Amino acid sequence: MNTAPHSFGKSLFELLSSMRFAISLLSILAVASIVGTVLKQAEPYNAPNFVREMKSFREHVSEQSLNAFKHRHEAATTQPPAALAASAQRYLEGQGYKVKNLPREDGVLLAAKAGSWNRLGYLLAHSAIVMICIGGLMDGNLVFKVQQLLGYKKIETRDIPQSQVPAISRLTPSNPSFRGSVQIPEGSSADVAFLNVADGYLVQDLPFTVALKQFRIEHYTTGQPKSFESDIELFDRSGKKIREATIAVNHPLIHDGIAIYQASFADGGTRLTLRGWNLFAPTAASFPIEGTVFQSATLTSGAGDYTLEFIDFRPFNIENMGGEIAASGDAMSVLGGSPVSDNRHLRNVGPSFQYKLRDSRGQAREFSNYMLPLELEGRWYMMSGVRASPNESFRYMRMPLDADGKIDSFMRLRGVLLNAGLRPEIAARFARQALPKDAWGTEIEGKLTSSAAQVLALFAEGGFQALGGFIETKVPEAEREKAAGTYLRILELAAFEALQVAQRQDGLPAPKPDDATGWLVRDTLNSMSDMFVYGAPIYLQLMQYDEVKASGLQLTRSPGKNVVYFGSLLLTLGVFFMLYVRERRVWLRIKPGHARALDTLVKQTATP
Amino acid sequence: MELALDQPAPLLKRLSWFDWLFAAIVAAGGLFALSRFGEYMDLYEKAILLAAIPSLAVAGWFWKPFRPLFLVVGAISLFAVSQYGGNLARMEEAFFLKYLISSQAAIMWMCALFGLATLAYWGGLLARSEFTMKTGSTLTWVAVAMGFSGLMVRWYESYLVGADVGHIPVSNLYEVFVLFCLITAMMYLYYEARYQTRQMGAFVLLVISAAVGFILWYTFDRGAHEIQPLVPALKSWWMKLHVPANFIGYGAFSIAAMLGVAYLLAARGILASRLPRLEVIDDVMYKAIAIGFAFFTIATILGAMWAAEAWGGYWSWDPKETWALIVWLNYAAWLHIRLVKGLRGAMLAWWAVVGLFVTVFAFIGVNMFLSGLHSYGTL
Repeated sequence: MNTAPHSFGKSLFELLSSMRFAISLLSILAVASIVGTVLKQAEPYNAPNFVREMKSFREHVSEQSLNAFKHRHEAATTQPPAALAASAQRYLEGQGYKVKNLPREDGVLLAAKAGSWNRLGYLLAHSAIVMICIGGLMDGNLVFKVQQLLGYKKIETRDIPQSQVPAISRLTPSNPSFRGSVQIPEGSSADVAFLNVADGYLVQDLPFTVALKQFRIEHYTTGQPKSFESDIELFDRSGKKIREATIAVNHPLIHDGIAIYQASFADGGTRLTLRGWNLFAPTAASFPIEGTVFQSATLTSGAGDYTLEFIDFRPFNIENMGGEIAASGDAMSVLGGSPVSDNRHLRNVGPSFQYKLRDSRGQAREFSNYMLPLELEGRWYMMSGVRASPNESFRYMRMPLDADGKIDSFMRLRGVLLNAGLRPEIAARFARQALPKDAWGTEIEGKLTSSAAQVLALFAEGGFQALGGFIETKVPEAEREKAAGTYLRILELAAFEALQVAQRQDGLPAPKPDDATGWLVRDTLNSMSDMFVYGAPIYLQLMQYDEVKASGLQLTRSPGKNVVYFGSLLLTLGVFFMLYVRERRVWLRIKPGHARALDTLVKQTATP
Repeated sequence: MELALDQPAPLLKRLSWFDWLFAAIVAAGGLFALSRFGEYMDLYEKAILLAAIPSLAVAGWFWKPFRPLFLVVGAISLFAVSQYGGNLARMEEAFFLKYLISSQAAIMWMCALFGLATLAYWGGLLARSEFTMKTGSTLTWVAVAMGFSGLMVRWYESYLVGADVGHIPVSNLYEVFVLFCLITAMMYLYYEARYQTRQMGAFVLLVISAAVGFILWYTFDRGAHEIQPLVPALKSWWMKLHVPANFIGYGAFSIAAMLGVAYLLAARGILASRLPRLEVIDDVMYKAIAIGFAFFTIATILGAMWAAEAWGGYWSWDPKETWALIVWLNYAAWLHIRLVKGLRGAMLAWWAVVGLFVTVFAFIGVNMFLSGLHSYGTL
């Protein structure tokens, strides 16, 4: 294998996408903030100083210290000091300052301040963070962690029924905070929630019982889901109904401090009525099977014993059928096309169900079968997907439908082609059809019959694969292509004869020698060839279903939520005060006599 | 010398007749919408609509150019609505819609105009031509008007696609990228007028052009401009608040980062004679980060409250949440260093530039590389 050296870009990508990196970055920032707080202690930012500073007008400021300020201005005026002080005070108050008029031996000192909320903002923002952390801790699983450490509680890792989970892995309804989930099928109820913890889970007993009446999915016309809703009922422990509600995504129900959310959905055990087909039987007989999703059944068929595990049922499947979209107008294509999406290529192809077929050795393959036929290239097929492991995508076997829209003709033809007893007859019929009348009964007919019988036998053993293998071993390389063409032609024509036999056997009229029949024969041959790699001798056809849905609910109790919200409010206020209220101080020293009024120093502590 | 110590006139007296007219138009529009569509709104949506009236009016009073912008966007949008007449097919028939003001046309015009504005700002900066830079400003203004009209019309179009499909166009990566361009440009235009300097536009328009490039790629390569119905988790009035608040944050941080680049260049003497004084760049950078941080705080809190309603917990350490916290702490630290330690200069400029990478990763990277609850926009 060619291993490319790790490029810088790729390493960077891996670094950035790892959660560990995110957490490391967070920790560094957190440590940086702690360092920040420690550094701040050197300055007069502790709370009592803070409040004192907010209230203080710094009235004892001396002229000397005022002179030392950078923002300093002096002016002379003819107004008398008292009048000047009064108008200056009005002006400052108009600008939002609080002013104190302090008489001095010579004149007046006006000490003014504005924007003390800046400091309040600092207090608010920082106490808000403490508050948010406390709220977060209240909603965390600290209590459980302590209990676990002391050995009072233990995580359950076994896959056992909920009722058998021992008390050591259960949490009581009085547990102050939790976040769990539970899946309830329609018509059922639950009185516990499951908390995922590390590699196991805990069972949270609820103070009430939740029953699911109905789960609904609504769709947009384009097929995307529009809403998920559950009609639920709550009962108290004695079985009395407390309330009834419909919850939906973004619309939880809050009862008794426990919020119930619509979180997910799944199948809740849909009952399936199926028809089983033995793919390798020489007849077209089918057998009935009943199944329920999430349950398994044993299949005892002529083809051996299998465990049938029903995994899922989907009432609809929106598939991109990739139809051609007509190019839109010239102007629109310059603009990248109309923003109105063309969803014509999306189509609901109907229900499907998924199951695993496990053989006696425990080997399983997963299947996904559609209930309704699909139109491909103008013809209709029943589709059955198969894969060996969940990380593969499904490979589909497509079985052609007949003129009645059924797979019965396919199954009949398949049976006849696999029936060794009918092979001589089919081969003989083929030879007669292929040869002109004057060649009947000659050696050529005998040869043709035997080669047709051989081709049919090879095909019945392993499809085109087997034919190909035969040609590779028996025919010299130069003639292989020609031989393959001949063999295919023989096979197709013989299969057409087989169809005649099949129809006759079941007392049906002979097939018309038209295009549709031609395709039926060709598709049957393709499909049969695929059967050999299908991995199961059985095809299950979904005939009917009785859908049961299940709703996934999330249940949370978070007493710290309101603390966090209040903290958030304070944080927002704090941030705005801190960033947008400027703390300013102005001192005005007004002296009579020698035309010398001392104005302003604007100390802007909080101005960046 | 006589000291002029007149008291300033109170705010309401400082308002002109146009301010009042503007407020009246905003109120009339809002109330008309409420009376006409109120029956389709829930209580919260009505509250948001009513709260929008004073918010927009005050925005116009506080920042005067917002008034004509609002009126022009409103007029274009209403004209587009009248051209549609309830028929979506008119998009490709009516001349004005097809070439000018259908959402896609308007947004593509926005893209083109932002591109031209970038060229004009750079041309003006290099040639020291005030006129060319002024052209850049004008182009930016027109681009903003076209972009906002595009979003408004897209909002209307989404209802024409289907009554149940209609939603505010801030729901996927394509729409929020348009929003990002618009908010960033508007904030820049505010600072441009406030500081009476256009030179910084060359740098800010670069980040907008990058976003425009992304929009174009996303449109032509991925067809991401298609109006899609909302997934159930996004069907909430919270979206109207959470997303725009977040993008004020992202836009502001981007401006700060580009000014950081300008600062660092100027500090090394590159373009120094053409750019504003370092203190001015530094001050605008601080202002941008301050407003960005305030709105990012609000957006994150709103996001947590929405998460509590949609996902069953206000904080789940989802990748987007974790990265939002990283971004928040990053700028909180930046502000602390500046306000408490009084630090200025190259170090903070570098930090603002690096901050953009953190922000971009939180914005797009998380959606691209990390799966989580918040994966609405995929590439």
